[in-house]
Amino acid sequence: MRRIAITVNGARRELEVEPRQLLVYALREQLGRPGRTSAATRPRAAPAPSTSTASRSSPAPCSRSRPWRERERSHGTAEQTGKFVGTSQLRKEDPELITGRGGYVDNVTLPGMLWVGVVRSPYAHATIGSIDVSAALELEGVIAASTGADLEFAAPLVLAWPINGEVKNPPHYPLTKDKARYVGDPVAVVVAESRAIAKDALELVEVDWQPLPAVTDIKAALEPDAPIVHEEFGTNNAGSWIMERDSPAPRRGPSAPFFDDPDLVTIKEEHYLARLIPNAMEPRGVVVDPNVSMGEYTVISSTQIPHILRTTLAITCGIPEAKLRVVAPDVGGGFGSKLEIYPEDAICLALAQKLNRPIKWIEERSENYVASLHGRESYQQIELAATREGVLKAVRVNLTVSMGAYLRLLTPGIPMLGAWLYHGPYECEGYDFQYTNVFTNTTFTDAYRGAGRPEATYAIERAMDTLARELDMDPVELRRKNFIATERFPNYTIASGLTVDSANYHGTLDKCLEVLDYEAIRAEQKERRERGDRKLLGVGFSTWIEMCGLAPSRVLAALNYIAGGWDAATIEIMPTGTVRALTGVSPHGQGSATVFAQVLADQLGVEYDDVDVVHGDTGTVPFGMDTYGSRGVSVGGVALFKAGEKLIAKARTLAAYELECAEEDLEFEGGNFTVKGTDRSANIKALGFNSWTAHNLPDGMEPGLSATHLYDPPNFSWPNGAHCCVLEIDQETGSIDILRYIAVDDCGVQLNPMLVQGQVHGGVAQGIAEALFEEAIYDAEGNLTTGTMTNYLVPGAPELPSFEIHDTVTPSPTNPMGVKGIGEAGTIASPPAVINAVVDALSHLGVRNVERPATPERVWNAIQEATR
Amino acid sequence: MIPAAFDYEVAESVEHAIELLGSTEDPKLLAGGHSLLPFMKFRLARPATLIDIGRISGLSGVSDGGEHLAIGALTRHHDLNHDPLVKEHCPLLAYAAGLVGDSQVRHRGTIGGSLAHGDSAADLPTIALTLDAEIVVRGPDRERTIAATDFFRGFYETALEPNEAIVEVRVPKTGAAGWSYIKFRRRALDWATVGIATVVEAGNGTIESARIGLTNMGQTPLRAAATEQALAGAARDRVAEATARADEGTEPPSDVSASSDFRRHLCRVLTARAVEEALSR
Ligand SMILES: Cc1cc2nc3c(=O)[nH]c(=O)nc-3n(C[C@H](O)[C@H](O)[C@H](O)COP(=O)(O)OP(=O)(O)OC[C@H]3O[C@@H](n4cnc5c(N)ncnc54)[C@H](O)[C@@H]3O)c2cc1C
Ligand code: FES
Repeated sequence: MRRIAITVNGARRELEVEPRQLLVYALREQLGRPGRTSAATRPRAAPAPSTSTASRSSPAPCSRSRPWRERERSHGTAEQTGKFVGTSQLRKEDPELITGRGGYVDNVTLPGMLWVGVVRSPYAHATIGSIDVSAALELEGVIAASTGADLEFAAPLVLAWPINGEVKNPPHYPLTKDKARYVGDPVAVVVAESRAIAKDALELVEVDWQPLPAVTDIKAALEPDAPIVHEEFGTNNAGSWIMERDSPAPRRGPSAPFFDDPDLVTIKEEHYLARLIPNAMEPRGVVVDPNVSMGEYTVISSTQIPHILRTTLAITCGIPEAKLRVVAPDVGGGFGSKLEIYPEDAICLALAQKLNRPIKWIEERSENYVASLHGRESYQQIELAATREGVLKAVRVNLTVSMGAYLRLLTPGIPMLGAWLYHGPYECEGYDFQYTNVFTNTTFTDAYRGAGRPEATYAIERAMDTLARELDMDPVELRRKNFIATERFPNYTIASGLTVDSANYHGTLDKCLEVLDYEAIRAEQKERRERGDRKLLGVGFSTWIEMCGLAPSRVLAALNYIAGGWDAATIEIMPTGTVRALTGVSPHGQGSATVFAQVLADQLGVEYDDVDVVHGDTGTVPFGMDTYGSRGVSVGGVALFKAGEKLIAKARTLAAYELECAEEDLEFEGGNFTVKGTDRSANIKALGFNSWTAHNLPDGMEPGLSATHLYDPPNFSWPNGAHCCVLEIDQETGSIDILRYIAVDDCGVQLNPMLVQGQVHGGVAQGIAEALFEEAIYDAEGNLTTGTMTNYLVPGAPELPSFEIHDTVTPSPTNPMGVKGIGEAGTIASPPAVINAVVDALSHLGVRNVERPATPERVWNAIQEATR
Repeated sequence: MIPAAFDYEVAESVEHAIELLGSTEDPKLLAGGHSLLPFMKFRLARPATLIDIGRISGLSGVSDGGEHLAIGALTRHHDLNHDPLVKEHCPLLAYAAGLVGDSQVRHRGTIGGSLAHGDSAADLPTIALTLDAEIVVRGPDRERTIAATDFFRGFYETALEPNEAIVEVRVPKTGAAGWSYIKFRRRALDWATVGIATVVEAGNGTIESARIGLTNMGQTPLRAAATEQALAGAARDRVAEATARADEGTEPPSDVSASSDFRRHLCRVLTARAVEEALSR
């Protein structure tokens, strides 16, 4: 422990902090001021605060007199259910990571290793005449250069989700041969002795480009005379998915009758969701280490999906899985961008095959902007039909979605992850959903944190506000009126046709309102409007649901997804009594190693520090389906728990044998099997040692105390929550200042509340980014004009408010741990809360929509248009 | 992210730096590196030789020159922000230096580098222009002084000759005049979408003089000449009218932060606020 002094809200305090403890957490725990830390650390402008409108330096002048800003923030209600489960254990992962001892791909250096540089298309659309690599090959230190013509692959990169028979899937080879289809499309590679030489050599490769007209806008791409991205299809339409036709689960009823009913109120909205770029802190990277004599290859990749990568690389490169080992080392963030099979993965493997030397490629940040997947871009149309009293009757949705230039691993299926969620937590009778996929000359899109579900939540939550305005109802009242009643659960089949495990939608909203002081805000909003205040106040809600914990394999089959959704775990009690847990999920920042150790420590009755969680290496962990879709705990964790049950069962048999009693007579607690009513007991660690020596085992029992379980979840898990954003808008400049952000989430049982809050913090930050800051923009020629960190605006701490994080706990009945998922919640929930607040602030002026991101200019333009 | 190959020389003194400027191939001076190195990493700049002036002693720090402050070219933004002399005599400069980039940038970036870089979106060039600073440069055979008004010539273009180095920046003291700098930006560490610097002298009821500098409103930092004229000798209640012309003569760029028209709008609104803020000081 170390003593440090800090100043909180003007008062100097001394605290004890464990070096590896995050300061933020120390503050929260020791000062009991959750969520206030950014106010304490935010730099105050010196020497005197300016009236600068966009800087957040000036303290809110009225904070003292406004009771609704004064609420103390609670810790939340998550209950401790074990010695370790339910406690905020510090992350096992952090000491290495924060002291610079993490092992990322770029830390790998092997003897004889060569560096790869990728020649990328500077044009969005261009045929490739010829490629001349001779000048590059002459540069000292350049070992090889290849184009699509001489770097052979057994098969194109794999598409794992060809949604239905209609999908148009162009063969996507790692190096394009005929033409480039987006800025950044790889066309050739150089291999050199250093990264710098490779970079220099790239400039010497001469490509005879014949530029073609490009199309980047989704709607323009569907026009009859649009440039065609893949000629073989004669269209940019990549196929549609229509719920009525394609969904395995029948919906409650068709929507059309309700929209034809003249007695119902209907609304129709269209939104453009800007394209987003994930921006993981660590860009991608690959090292391939060939074992020449064995014909084996180790692929070390900054990936979320080592297992899926092994299978798909085996296909693309024609190497049997048995000869391929894929390792995900420490991975610096993914958010979906590393849930992908990239050209560079296959290229490096092919080059290692060809050159028989270790090969390395590390993505540059500027490459990351064009060469790693993008997310979200779509036009969404949503219609609601409701009675005049505000009872929702039907929802109809039609999306047009950008695929970018190719279909990558899951691209065409991503919108489907939202298909069942466009009526949110509300009852309705008629429901229709469909989407159409479109090719454009842009970087391919794929899963980005929330994948499909943020889009759904945005559409319905914006539309609910519009409906409330149309009916002259309060948006909170309208939501309440339509919530699915708590009594319907567990296992209620919602209008879209899937079955929700458990929920208490009223409960989360109650909690949110409890913290908010809604009336005081509405009163101040009115007051400000009346006195013509320059700064308008707005409040917006998002009562969201999602389906995560991907996924029941049978459902995936029905959705034409060509893999399972199960996961695997193996637990071993080692001879010395420590526990080794292998998990098939591949965490990259989530903290699964910590949480899983908590689970096992409680379940097996061992010490938390005795548990070591191993992941991310197909050589050590043979089975797994990796980490994405908020599945770490609700699939991987449950697999582990079930393996734990099997291990305990075996230990029980051995204990009964040793203690000479019936198994039923044994109680298991705190690691000890005790004969009921006696003090005779056997400890699980000792049983582990005995099973390892195998000196005295019952007849037929295999040596060793280990168990494996492959768990296929019977259902998705269905978290939900109520988020609220309070912000103010400077009418003259359009700039927005978020004053409060309240997140009440229900992810079922919380194993580690600190990590739950961490996920919410990051997710909400990313969602606010989506609402107010981030936007990938292509110009008419198809150049990405937001390809650096100076013009693709990822917000930082100064742009964000102090989050007020709360929760309710509604356990999932689907699994024995009662867990759901939390990884994507914040990103799914927050964008509509923010934009609803923006529109709410301006609604009295007649503003009904502000496209996201709501930049100062867009906000100001919306005001001008409404008041003209 | 990887610059083209270059040679690296360490200058022992200003004279040595200037000599190296004349004797090495395609040279560039390296001060804080926070503008030059990003350009090199994007391969937008490819100097063959970098001449590191960062270790020359005596080139940084602030001294009192009577009517003005003499600021060494290597003085870092962070030091300007905290220097007692600057805070007392040129508070606008101290304040604006504290708004440059983030803390890391302010600890590396120098005033000389910022002015020499000549980016119209940067803060310190505007401040130098607003404060009527003079830039002292040394070449192989002479030292000359260039008024800030003559220094900024165009897009990343200044009056510096290739073989000259900035050694000092002379900033007239602003005395009791009111001042303000409003830096409108999307994120705390961004460059200004639009920035407005003012120094306003006012007596009872009237404004005697106003100097107004504009960041990112054209190819170079600019003065809002029409508004300055309209404010000179005007009553305090004429601010709104005078600042409605703040964007006159500017040619603001259009980019992802704002369109040209929106910049003009911001310029007018924020100039009014900036003048009011200066008057209230
Ligand atoms: C992330 C980031 C954010 C930033 N944000 C801002 C911001 O908000 N506002 C802002 O104003 N700036 C910003 N900057 C730029 C920063 O202030 C730079 O430090 C400054 O513009 C250049 O100073 P330097 O000492 O780093 O110069 P260098 O990068 O070393 O040099 C810049 C140029 O000036 C020349 N040069 C340097 N010193 C001299 C000299 N004494 N004589 C002649 N020529 C010289 C060099 O040859 C080069 O051409 C930012 C930079 C970064 C990296
Ligand atoms: S290294 Fe990328 S911004 Fe500093």
